[in-house]
Amino acid sequence: MNKKNITLVINEKKHELSVFPNELLLNVIREELELTGTKYACGIGECGACTVIVNGAPILACLTLAVAVDGSEITTIEGLTKADGTLHPMQQAFLDHSAVQCGFCTPGMILMGKALGDENPGLKGITEADINNYFKGNLCRCTGYTSIVRAVMSCAHEGK
Amino acid sequence: MGELEYLITKDFEEIFSAIEKTKGLAKFIAGGTNIIPYMHAEAISPELLIDLNGLEDLKYIREKNGTITIGALTTISEIVASEIIGNKCQILHSAANSLGSPLTRNRATIGGNLADASPAADMAPPLLALEASIHTKRGGVEGREIPLDKFFIGPNKTVLAEDELITQIRFSKPKDSARGIFIKLGLRNSLAISVVSIAVILDMEGQVCQKARVALGAVAPTIIRAFHVESKLEGGEINENIIQECAEIVKEEISPISDIRASAEYRRLASSVILKRAIQQVLKGEVL
Repeated sequence: MNKKNITLVINEKKHELSVFPNELLLNVIREELELTGTKYACGIGECGACTVIVNGAPILACLTLAVAVDGSEITTIEGLTKADGTLHPMQQAFLDHSAVQCGFCTPGMILMGKALGDENPGLKGITEADINNYFKGNLCRCTGYTSIVRAVMSCAHEGK
Repeated sequence: MGELEYLITKDFEEIFSAIEKTKGLAKFIAGGTNIIPYMHAEAISPELLIDLNGLEDLKYIREKNGTITIGALTTISEIVASEIIGNKCQILHSAANSLGSPLTRNRATIGGNLADASPAADMAPPLLALEASIHTKRGGVEGREIPLDKFFIGPNKTVLAEDELITQIRFSKPKDSARGIFIKLGLRNSLAISVVSIAVILDMEGQVCQKARVALGAVAPTIIRAFHVESKLEGGEINENIIQECAEIVKEEISPISDIRASAEYRRLASSVILKRAIQQVLKGEVL
C-alpha cells in the first residue's frame, strides 16, 4: 500500500503527514499527533465521541479518511484553550455546570457547543429544543443530558 | 483492510480508466458515512477507493424553469440549509433533517444516500414521491437519465453499472396546489434508521384529488411507490372511507421483513396507521 502525503492544519498548526489511504482521521489525530482528547468509542459513527470540526463543520473523525480531508483546517478539543491556559467559554460552562462525569463524551459535546455558537453567533435565540436537535449524534451514558444542555444554555444566556 | 489505493481527481476520464484497470475492485466514496462502516465490518474490501469529492462541480442546488436540480455531491446539511428546498420542497427538507445526526449530515451526500440503495434510505421516499430522476455519467458511453422508480433493484442494489456514477438528481418543482408530508417512524428520535417511512404528496383541486404520489421506505427490498394506494386516492374526494381503504390496501402493497428493528407484522400495521395519519395531515394543509 502506498502512503500519501497530506497537509492538515490542526488547531492552527500545520502538519505535513504521510498516511496510508485507509487511515482514519481519528487514528491520525490520536496516534500520529498524540492529540488524545478526541475519543475513539463506537467506531461506526453512532456516538459522536470522535467529533472534530473540519473547515467549520463538526464531523465524525471515525468515519472520515485522513486523505479525504487533505488541506483542511481542523479543530480538536485541544485547540479551544488559549495558549495562556484560558478556557473557551463553552469549556468553562461545562465546568461551572458540572456537565462532566466520566468525560468520554465531553470533548465531542463541547465542540458541538462551540460549532453551534459559531453557526449562531452569541447562541442568540437558541432554545433547549435546538440544542437537543443539534446534539442528536452525541451520546452520553453517565453525566446525563440535563447538565450538558444547561451548560450550553448558560452560554446562550450570556451571549458567549 | 487489505491493499488499498486512493484516487481523488476532478477528471471523469481518469476515474473511468482507473475503474477499468481495477476490474471490479474499485469503490466510489463520497461522504464515507456508509462506505467506512462497510469497510470496518469487512463487508466490502475494495482495492481502489475513488473519492468523488474531487468533482467539485457536482455540489449545487438550483432551480430553473420549474425544475429543481441537485448535484450528487451536495451534502445532506446543504439540503437542510437550502432555501430552494425549504421554500418549495418541505417534504425533502424534513427527510434530510431526519437523516442521521448533524455530524453525519455534514459528510453524507444525496448521491451517496441513493447509490447505497438501503431500503431505509431517508432521501428516497420523498424523491420517489416527487418523481425524481437520476442523471449519470459513464466511461466510454453516454450517461443516462433513470427515473428513480426504475433505479433500485434490491437491498443495496441499483441499476448503475460499475463504471457509472450519479451526477445529478432532478425533479419538477411541485405545483403550488400540491401538499405533502414525510413521516419517519424510528425506534427513537435521534440517529434512528427507519422502521417505516412514508412520503405523501397530494395535488388537490378543491375537494378532488388530481394526483397522488405515495412512497414507502423500509417495508420492502427497495423503496417503493404504493401504486394501488395512489389510484385509490386519485380522481375523487378523499373521505374517511377512502383513507380507511388505503390503510388496508397498503398492507398488501408492501413486503416487509422482520429484522433487529421490527417484525414484519409490526411494519405492516405501522405502515397502515402512518399512511392514514399522513393523508389526514396533508388534507389538513401540511405544506409541501
